[in-house]
Amino acid sequence: MYDTVLEETVGLAGDGGDWIEGYLARPLAPAPVPGMVVIHHMPGYDFDAKQITRFFAVHGISALCPNLYYREAPGASPDDAAATVRAEGGEPDDRCVGDVVAAARYLRHLPNASGKIGMIGFCSGGRQAYLVGCRSQELDAVISCYGGRIVAAPNELSERQPVAPLALTSELSAPLLGIFGAEDANPSPEHRALIDEELKRHGKVYELESFDGAGHGFLQHDRPSYRPEQAVRAWQLILDFSVRHLGAPAF
Amino acid sequence: MCTYITEHVALAGTAKGADGWFPVSTASVYLDHPFSAPLEHALCLDFLNPDRGPSARVAVELDEGSARALATAILSALGRAGTAE
Repeated sequence: MYDTVLEETVGLAGDGGDWIEGYLARPLAPAPVPGMVVIHHMPGYDFDAKQITRFFAVHGISALCPNLYYREAPGASPDDAAATVRAEGGEPDDRCVGDVVAAARYLRHLPNASGKIGMIGFCSGGRQAYLVGCRSQELDAVISCYGGRIVAAPNELSERQPVAPLALTSELSAPLLGIFGAEDANPSPEHRALIDEELKRHGKVYELESFDGAGHGFLQHDRPSYRPEQAVRAWQLILDFSVRHLGAPAF
Repeated sequence: MCTYITEHVALAGTAKGADGWFPVSTASVYLDHPFSAPLEHALCLDFLNPDRGPSARVAVELDEGSARALATAILSALGRAGTAE
């Protein structure tokens, strides 16, 4: 088994052709290798996002995390970049869709790519994964981890985030795995039930898993919200789902 | 919270960051997942000078009780000095 993994910062043409950076981690094994776009959480393109990107690579899946805040803060620390984007009203949905699709295309054109590309997001990125899954036809699997504001009241919408992703569910173009903490306030168990109902109503292929004893951000190992037992089970589910819908990993 | 809902305050003053003192022109105030504080949610304050770029920023993340105590102390200090409105 040839298990060498290459990790590096790369440039890619994001939404509108804008140059943005991304963190790429990929097995150098021969084809076919599936891919995964990693959508970082609201605190930005940080160590945790890169760690998750590496996680997929060492499990035989090429992964790319685009820096969604690069335009506003090239070269800045992740927390300063996140604060800047927040102050400007947050990451615009349209731009996010373009950047994530660009990352998927980048992975699809790697020399050892199988052509099957999934997408995973956490926190605000969980909402964005659901959104992109509904607005693009280019992903083969969608994994949304405790995505807040998939269900959103009118007063929670804005010019940059004008639509609750739940309202786009009929357009969802790939199988979806939703990961939830049963003690999370957003998405709450009520939100989860609404998502379930909407996915069922539109005949989508999906799995929603709720973990008792866990709240928001329970996969993040460097935060007090981390729940190791639930996190281990959730990561296994994520890998199983990825293999079922993207094909066998490189190793 | 996973929300971009943010209060903005125009400021006149200075703050001290990694490169010393600099003028600040605005503050962002929000309740959300903190970057550093070991809390699920924190009251976050960013003192900013957007003209100097993203790194011209002094950040504070506080638990709710601390944030309320700070707000009270600011008003109290201003009141004692006779400058509160």
